[in-house]
Amino acid sequence: MKYFGFIWKNAWRKKVRTTLTILSVLVAFLLYSLLNAIGYAFKSGSDLADAERLVVIDKISLINPLPVSYENKIAATPGVESVTHASWFGGYYQEPQNQMPQFPVEPLEYFEMYPELKMPPEQLEAWSNNRIGMAVGQELAAQFGWKIGDRIPLQATIWTRKDGGRTWEFDLEGIFSTDDPRGGTGYMLFHYDYFEEARAFGEGTVGWYILRIASGANPVEVANAVDAQFANSPNETETSTEQAFVESFSKQFGNIALIVTLILGAVFFTLLLVSGNTMAQSVRERISELAVLKTLGFSDRSLLGIVLSESVLIMLLGGLLGIGIGWLLVQGVSQALGAFLPGVFLSPQALLGAIALMVVAGVIAGIFPALKAMRLSIVDALARG
Amino acid sequence: MDVLAKLENVSRVYQKGKERVEVLHELDLDIPKGDFLALMGPSGSGKTTLLNLLGGLDKPSAGTVTVGGAELSSMSNSQLSKWRSTHVGFIFQFYNLLPVLTARKNVELPLLLTNLGSGERTKRADIALSIVGLSDRAKHYPREMSGGQEQRVAIARAVVSDPTILLCDEPTGDLDRATADEILKLLQILNREHGKTIVMVTHDAQAAEYASRVLHVDKGKLEAKAA
Repeated sequence: MKYFGFIWKNAWRKKVRTTLTILSVLVAFLLYSLLNAIGYAFKSGSDLADAERLVVIDKISLINPLPVSYENKIAATPGVESVTHASWFGGYYQEPQNQMPQFPVEPLEYFEMYPELKMPPEQLEAWSNNRIGMAVGQELAAQFGWKIGDRIPLQATIWTRKDGGRTWEFDLEGIFSTDDPRGGTGYMLFHYDYFEEARAFGEGTVGWYILRIASGANPVEVANAVDAQFANSPNETETSTEQAFVESFSKQFGNIALIVTLILGAVFFTLLLVSGNTMAQSVRERISELAVLKTLGFSDRSLLGIVLSESVLIMLLGGLLGIGIGWLLVQGVSQALGAFLPGVFLSPQALLGAIALMVVAGVIAGIFPALKAMRLSIVDALARG
Repeated sequence: MDVLAKLENVSRVYQKGKERVEVLHELDLDIPKGDFLALMGPSGSGKTTLLNLLGGLDKPSAGTVTVGGAELSSMSNSQLSKWRSTHVGFIFQFYNLLPVLTARKNVELPLLLTNLGSGERTKRADIALSIVGLSDRAKHYPREMSGGQEQRVAIARAVVSDPTILLCDEPTGDLDRATADEILKLLQILNREHGKTIVMVTHDAQAAEYASRVLHVDKGKLEAKAA
């Protein structure tokens, strides 16, 4: 610690250069935090998936609906304990930019299928008894300031009503939450019966089925058995675990993990060049000063340590600022995208990883100049002045 | 009189490409404790090399260098670093202060190598600055001081760890006459009142007059001359 003041002063000997280097480090770690948080959101969906839930979709595309008549057949499949369904509604509240996921479902069945969703029993009962009732996640209610008893009109973008209108009205009967902070609650659920009765087209279909396998049942065997029932039908199915479903959904956006790794790899490679150059210049400029330090009795190792510490310090300054700003931005992104991409979150592991990365990058950027300082010949350096 | 530093049959040879340059040739020298020795001689005569050997900055190609009982020629680099930090104070022609540090922090530098706490380091640095008459400049940076003041700070830095020997390489070479005289008087005080042994390399005959004896170095050999 007694060297800290000295190292700090040296790091700031060229203020403009150090500031620019710190800014480049800042940008790199800002990107690190944003990409990590988004990558985390994609990954957390599959992490939260229940291993005993399977999802049944149309084999050709998720957007193709499945006949409602499949429900009984799926329920009768050996190894299936319970089944429910959901569909995509796709509406907005007041303004087109206020979009959020909305799903027509069977209220009681759906909440049994997703025990991680928490809603007071009286609200669940009130919702199931009100045909135009809806339940919304805590985040969504907070976003629009909705409270129990509000009548909420939604504008449909897909599903016009039989009367030709696009406005669907709902009574807010319940607000649900989830214990896991990664599980987003920025969506809305309403009665499938209301949806089925009022929509102008697509009657008799659902978007997808969700089933829970019986205890001890093999998920692969159950999935194969479900799909076998509808083989060679106009609506063949593809059944997978919820985790596989979430992962395949994520992959529609590309291999997020690979994209994040490639971008960060390129950014950090450039960062190492920039900061390595800064340190090399800095050491080159003060060869005679380093020689004086050696003359005073500073050992080769202490010079190595001083130069490396300076490099790590610059990296930590920029990195911590970048992570700090990134953390603030992640809060904003989380609110803005929460409905469609829940779990945008800068995890403690990512923060620890960032600090480790700062130290490692600082050492790599500073190692060659530090070795140069360590190996310096006092006589030669002083003779050069 | 006790001999503080002793050079026996010392040679120093440099290899410059294919050329072999002998800077010092079988040189013998005794420096008594409390001596103020001026080394004079033309450029390239080997004065600075001799100073570097005495300070443990360089090693002889042959012979032995002993300072304060320590045989420098057999020490490793890390041993020499440690030895320098406690036994030698260096004063350079161009002061060689660190521009990012204040006068006080420059003087404090050698004390970072000790186990002294921050308060004690500052106290000792302030004492050293008061010895060179620069107490009021403790918070000034080198760029805010004159050449003479910078050299005084460098002297304070050299004496702050109470070294056995002070080695000065052209300490007044960058100063005007009046300032040079002030610096030389200061060195004289350190020698006479504080008992510091001083070896000073200089081109300046007037500067050499402040020393208690003068040796001429020419072509790697010594020639004595009374001051």
